Amino acid sequence: MSSKLCAVIDYGMGNLHSAHGALQTVAPDTKVVVTSDADVIRKADHVVLPGVGAIRDCMAEIRRQGIDQVVAEVRKSKPLLGICVGLQAMMERSEENGGVECMGLFPGEVKFFGNDLVENGEQLKVPHMGWNRVEQVVHPLWAGIADNSRFYFVHSYYVQAANAAQVKGRGHYGVDFAAAMGEDNVFAVQFHPEKSHNAGLALLKNFLAWDGQA
Amino acid sequence: MALAKRIIPCLDVDKGRVVKGVNFVGIRDAGDPVEIAKRYNDQGADEITFLDITASHEGRDTTVHMVEAIAEQVFIPLTVGGGIRELDDIRRMLNAGADKVSINSAAVYNPEFVKAASDKFGAQCIVVAIDAKQVGDNHWEIFTHGGRKATGINAVEWAVKMAEFGAGEILLTSMDRDGVKSGFDLGVTRAIVDSVNIPVIASGGVGNLDHLVDGVKIGHADAVLAASIFHFGEYTVQQAKQHMAAAGIEMRLD
Repeated sequence: MSSKLCAVIDYGMGNLHSAHGALQTVAPDTKVVVTSDADVIRKADHVVLPGVGAIRDCMAEIRRQGIDQVVAEVRKSKPLLGICVGLQAMMERSEENGGVECMGLFPGEVKFFGNDLVENGEQLKVPHMGWNRVEQVVHPLWAGIADNSRFYFVHSYYVQAANAAQVKGRGHYGVDFAAAMGEDNVFAVQFHPEKSHNAGLALLKNFLAWDGQA
Repeated sequence: MALAKRIIPCLDVDKGRVVKGVNFVGIRDAGDPVEIAKRYNDQGADEITFLDITASHEGRDTTVHMVEAIAEQVFIPLTVGGGIRELDDIRRMLNAGADKVSINSAAVYNPEFVKAASDKFGAQCIVVAIDAKQVGDNHWEIFTHGGRKATGINAVEWAVKMAEFGAGEILLTSMDRDGVKSGFDLGVTRAIVDSVNIPVIASGGVGNLDHLVDGVKIGHADAVLAASIFHFGEYTVQQAKQHMAAAGIEMRLD
């Protein structure tokens, strides 16, 4: 039996060591590779689109390297997981950097938390950094993870979904936001599963065992 | 339902070993950094901070390898500090698997470095470490060189400036308290937390679990950092979290 292949897409935005390490740890029999090679991504059984940093730079690299084309193919054919800015890049547009057009896999926008985020009279700090709860909407990737488990977030912009049925995890920080989005074989999260200890590792394990059926 | 307060065990690493000094002198060996980091990860630590206290004097290759080894086994955020002076130092640590770097003296000598680092790598991975000492009533100053060198800079004003320059977080250490186990300097902690809109980690002086509670409840800190209470087995990280949760603080217990 040949082992499965998981491609972590590398488009030059930050270190993918952690994502690679976490995926490899939960699935020792899967070959996890960090790559920008479209052919390797096409051959993979599971594909991960990570992302850190500013959306303008991420989208510029995604377009320059043709990652958007590969993602468009992948989203029709096999399990795809977006992480952090990887999720944001899947929305229609972001208001970061004066407004950036994104890939549009999901309808909806990416918005700034703002500098006057207040809850119960308390000024909330931005970025939203730390461990927050995620209210789950039934999906195979939550299997075995307690509802309202905490995951590690670090972001200043949040996803506002246009289609509520695609929200698979609800987060709250001053405002309600989409902590996870999903449709068919695509799942994407705002938090960092590779930094979210047991709950995060469980989600990655579920992803690598997932056949893409929601 | 809110963001949890964080507990961050800190590894002060000297020549490849975790050590703990009292007021930065009188060093005690606490073991292998990779093993200790793994233990804290398993105990439910919310993050880990690795401070290379030999960095000012020696080569950094040992640190890079150690950070790589920790990042392979620890699936929570990892901050690395000590001797971060150039953009290339930051790049090396991030590539080795660090999620954030902590900048200390270099920020004091060249505040523009913080701006350049934040522009280049994003505010989320730039922590500015502030070592403060009380020099008068409600007056704290920045010290460098492990607390030996005064700078004359007001600590609260400095924190505000660093936030403006793009720091994503502040690691505040009270040099009077570090290693003496009498609790955080809550005055400077609260003064800084209430002056900036970025998270502040309180550090220096933790001797028991009530000190952690005070850091959050009285000092208003977003996160609390401690070293020796965990290294020498007095408390586990999980005990500390349970204690803080029992005091009514929002913690990650799952």
